Amino acid sequence: MLELNDVHCVIGKHAVISGVSLQIGEGELVCLLGANGAGKSSLFKTISGLITPTQGTIEFEGRPIHKKNPEKIVKLGVSLCPEGRKLFPRLSIRKNLMMGAYTRYREKSQTAKTLREIYELFPILEERADQEAGTLSGGEQQMLAIGRSLMCKPRLLLLDEPSLGLAPLIVKKIMETIEGINRGGVTVLLSEQNASMALSISSRGYVLENGHIVLEGTARELAGNEEVKKAYIGA
Amino acid sequence: MKKYGKWAFYLLLIVIVALIPLYLNRSKSGKYTIQVLTMAMIWAIATLSLNLILGYTGQASLAHGAFLGIGAYAFGIFVERVGINIWPALILASLITAFLGMLVGLPSLRTKGPYFAIVTLCFNVIVFKVFENWTWLSGGLRGQKVTMPSYLEARWARYYVVLGFLILAILIERQIVKSLLGSSFIAIRSNENLSEAVGINSFRTKLLSFTVSCFMVGLAGGLFAMEKGSLDYTITNYMYSFYLLIYLLIGGAATLAGPVVGTVGLYFLLDKIKGIGEWRYFIFGLILIVVIIYFPRGIVGGAKQFWEWAKKKYYRTGEVLE
Repeated sequence: MLELNDVHCVIGKHAVISGVSLQIGEGELVCLLGANGAGKSSLFKTISGLITPTQGTIEFEGRPIHKKNPEKIVKLGVSLCPEGRKLFPRLSIRKNLMMGAYTRYREKSQTAKTLREIYELFPILEERADQEAGTLSGGEQQMLAIGRSLMCKPRLLLLDEPSLGLAPLIVKKIMETIEGINRGGVTVLLSEQNASMALSISSRGYVLENGHIVLEGTARELAGNEEVKKAYIGA
Repeated sequence: MKKYGKWAFYLLLIVIVALIPLYLNRSKSGKYTIQVLTMAMIWAIATLSLNLILGYTGQASLAHGAFLGIGAYAFGIFVERVGINIWPALILASLITAFLGMLVGLPSLRTKGPYFAIVTLCFNVIVFKVFENWTWLSGGLRGQKVTMPSYLEARWARYYVVLGFLILAILIERQIVKSLLGSSFIAIRSNENLSEAVGINSFRTKLLSFTVSCFMVGLAGGLFAMEKGSLDYTITNYMYSFYLLIYLLIGGAATLAGPVVGTVGLYFLLDKIKGIGEWRYFIFGLILIVVIIYFPRGIVGGAKQFWEWAKKKYYRTGEVLE
């Protein structure tokens, strides 16, 4: 479904991604592990068209997307849920969700159906639909950010550190929701610092260090790897 | 019920504003006040246009003074030199201003933040110099005469025309802001990168906002020419861009009532104290400083905040009492 071949990215004078190659099959839930500054967010921004790679190719469902703008990439079915629960704080919850369906503005009945599905997934969002997004708690904001990224009916969801700064109970709920979304047929690429949690729900994983993929394997292999344990799980 | 109450209030307000000329038209000073109010409403339409691009979309245009002048001159030239009827001329003048706005927006909206303000200010200075020196276009010191049909000779008649356009401008802006497009304007103002990530083409959306905004300021320019009856190149002065900015900031950006309250209130006040000469601009500056420090969201934004606070306090008190 998604294939990155020797992707390089430079921001300013710094190489943030250096020769990353990875593949994700349809229906998979793959995690991307790495410390702060490893290049996870830059890689997600590159896949979603916010950063143009200086070298290499990115193909989604066989089509090259590395030269496309974010709007076209969203239309093709790739949705990014950025790090840090980024929302439009002055817009209501319902309008935030509708922003996620901006590329589907002509499909009114379909959008209304998706909105109902999101409300079923996160009932709290429906209860507070007219409330400004900036007034929500951290966990609710994350639910809204995930909900918004699902509004465009993506086939590939890029989740950038969804557990960052959240209480353990909320993290557990968010991870269960991500598993549910994946079971519903959406392919997920999940970036996480919380390696044990990410590996527990993923089928495969990659480890990113200084813009390079240094390790890859099944979730079980990575969970059993001594280096991963030492660097990310803390065992 | 609450919704009907709101609309009833607006209707009452319109009726009151519509009745003002009937009262004022009896005296000479009253007739002058009608003229001041008409001009204030024209400036309010121009401030509403700036509100769309700056208040809602977050792009500080400092070229609206130039576009106001372009709209005014386009209207004057169509009516006086081409001989078109004033109503199609008004539409054409607005369309020409919108088209020029789009041409200016194409390169300038690729810049961000203060750079957009600088580029648009430069454009305003260029337009001012062009109108100052191209006398075949601006009429030089003689200016451009604009003859109105006989049914618009009475001040009160022009008052109602401008009032109608002001209501129309408010309704159009309201429809835009409440729509998905309006939400995308606010989204861009809030976080442009995030807007791109959700699939909003930020450049195209900003260009649309700027073009619509220029259409509105072009309309205000046409009405300005209609009210004044003659134009000179000073109408394109960049100081007007700053006046519009100040009216908006004082009234309250990103609110529908703010531009109208700020413009009409300040314009009226400045006219009332014009006897003190240049000192009135000192008062103008003082008001701006006080509003920016104590009401950063403007008079209307501040009033809204106070209302929310008072409501919360009232309900909390109610809970305690229960």
